[in-house]
Amino acid sequence: MIQRKPARWLSQALRSYAILVYAFLYLPIVVLVIFSFTRDEFGVRWTGFTLDWYIRLFNNPRLMGAAVNTLIVGVASTLVATLLGTLLALALERYRFRGRGAVDGLLYLPIVMPEIVMAVALLACSALAFDLINALTGHVLRRNLVTVTIGHIAFSISFVTVVVRASLKHFDRRLEEAAADLGANSWQIFWRITFPLILPGVIGGALLAFTLSLDDFIISLFLSGPGTSLLPVEVYNRVRRAITPEINAISTLMLLLSITLVVLSQLAQRRR
Amino acid sequence: MSDTPAIELHDVVKQFGATYAVDHVSLQVGDGEFFSLLGPSGCGKTTTLRMIAGFEYPSHGEVLIHGRAMAATPPHRRPVNTVFQSYALFPHMSVAQNVAFGLQMKGVPKHELGPRVQAALEMVRLDGFDQRRPREMSGGQQQRVALARALVNQPEVLLLDEPLGALDQKLRKEMQFELKRLQHRVGITFIFVTHDQEEALTMSDRIAVMNQGKVLQVGSPTEIYERPTCRFVADFIGETNFIEGQVVAHDGGYATIQSHDGLELRGVTPRPVSVGAHATLSLRPEKARLLTPDQAQSVQETFRLAVKVELVSYIGSDTRITVRLNAQRTLDVWEQNTRSTLDRNAYWQPGEDAVLVCPPENALVLVE
Ligand SMILES: Nc1ncnc2c1ncn2[C@@H]1O[C@H](COP(=O)(O)OP(=O)(O)O)[C@@H](O)[C@H]1O
Ligand SMILES: [Mg+2]
Repeated sequence: MIQRKPARWLSQALRSYAILVYAFLYLPIVVLVIFSFTRDEFGVRWTGFTLDWYIRLFNNPRLMGAAVNTLIVGVASTLVATLLGTLLALALERYRFRGRGAVDGLLYLPIVMPEIVMAVALLACSALAFDLINALTGHVLRRNLVTVTIGHIAFSISFVTVVVRASLKHFDRRLEEAAADLGANSWQIFWRITFPLILPGVIGGALLAFTLSLDDFIISLFLSGPGTSLLPVEVYNRVRRAITPEINAISTLMLLLSITLVVLSQLAQRRR
Repeated sequence: MSDTPAIELHDVVKQFGATYAVDHVSLQVGDGEFFSLLGPSGCGKTTTLRMIAGFEYPSHGEVLIHGRAMAATPPHRRPVNTVFQSYALFPHMSVAQNVAFGLQMKGVPKHELGPRVQAALEMVRLDGFDQRRPREMSGGQQQRVALARALVNQPEVLLLDEPLGALDQKLRKEMQFELKRLQHRVGITFIFVTHDQEEALTMSDRIAVMNQGKVLQVGSPTEIYERPTCRFVADFIGETNFIEGQVVAHDGGYATIQSHDGLELRGVTPRPVSVGAHATLSLRPEKARLLTPDQAQSVQETFRLAVKVELVSYIGSDTRITVRLNAQRTLDVWEQNTRSTLDRNAYWQPGEDAVLVCPPENALVLVE
């Protein structure tokens, strides 16, 4: 069969279609960014350029507090989830053990499960734990940054494991044999050979976990306590009252952070 | 060093489920020997090597290195190093770091590393490449890095698993020479795995021919080629004509067989035979001679088979001739082109009558 070039009208139609799809994806974001610089105090019309909203943002203790909480929870949950997720990936790829099939299947559940289900489950679980601690020690605990962090860890582990496993799949086990042949013990093999070679995957998993933590809303809403809300929840609370350019500004900053993370993770993958 | 063999395998078996990858193998490899394991793909060469290196443990039997039993010694404590078929160079390290790895694991002091790595790289003629990454090098260069990485540790035994398999023909020849030179220089025992019979013949002091997990014969290249003890070895090493039949007589290291189409042929017996036994006569194509009926009158050689030339292939150094003996049987004969001539009559022509002659000491009678 002769492959013909598509008709001119067809290629034009395809191009317009692509432009429309990208406009659909990115126009709202562009609008958001633009309106974070407008003078209009409702943030819906362009009335001139200003950085006022950014300055106000940094002087707003509630928003700044929420931002700091978000970063603390993000870093803490990422560290723990990356450690646990990497170990789980190694166990699943390297060892045959009873129930391995079940563990493997259950790994994907937190990824596909509606987040609200997980949030309710974690909430119920924390209530149960608090009651138990109260009954045993008499302490009255409340939801705080620790509970949110645990929640974030719970949903990040699966993602980290999936990413790290992908890099273990391509791993050439003969490199480990070569290291053993040259006199390295298991510990030296892991730190000198295995870990450096799966590091891009681990970094990718960590950045994914961090991004997920940053923009998580449902679990954060359920598990944070009074006075410890995270940024997405704080933004939501404000938007319910009114959209202000301040919200646009903080959203723009969050967008900037996400883009940075994506670029970093791409760089980490490329440096193999 | 000593009289203790560098490597001993005592009745070693390796089973993977129901398959015997290595089937009751016993071997002794002398100190400083260049020893090859030769056999078709899947015959158990790699598994044998891996049991010596310690990556696999025998299901039965024992591996000894310089007289020491290795049953409880993990790979990183064995005095051997391996050159892997895929090289298995560490991709995240430079060439120098790859070569230094074994020394670092042994705790060699930092100030000694540099000079020793340099010396190893010089030995494989890769000085100046120390800062390269493995992926920035050609296959032949990577191969030499793998060699330097193993040799720098001064192992008692070097194991090489088809180390030249991935190289093209020309580079392969060069590296064969290079490997021999190195082995001579460092005086280490080499155990060299290959499926290439020519490579094994060129390089080895001794060869073990393997098939289906078993060692069929161990011997020098000449012994393996000139006195194969079984049909598989005769067939696998070089080319040969087989004629099957029954032993009708034997005496003093010779036997006569009668083939099904009535030929009576005589040859050397590498192993004892008995009358009536089923046997195969192996006749190497370069060991038979083809004469014109006139020439054949005056020659005193026991085999005289009247044949007709069927196919003639001129391949430069040799002429390879297929002759027909009878309706069922053809034989191959190779003649070296010792004269330089364009004269057509100097070469055999298809259709010519000829006599194939061969003294019995040039043929072999093999029993299974
Ligand atoms: N880890 C293993 N699991 C199961 N079978 C194996 C394993 N390693 C090798 N074998 C089998 O053992 C036989 C010998 O393999 P190998 O030693 O690799 O042969 P060679 O190196 O001579 O090609 C083959 O049939 C192969 O399929
Ligand atoms: Mg092999």
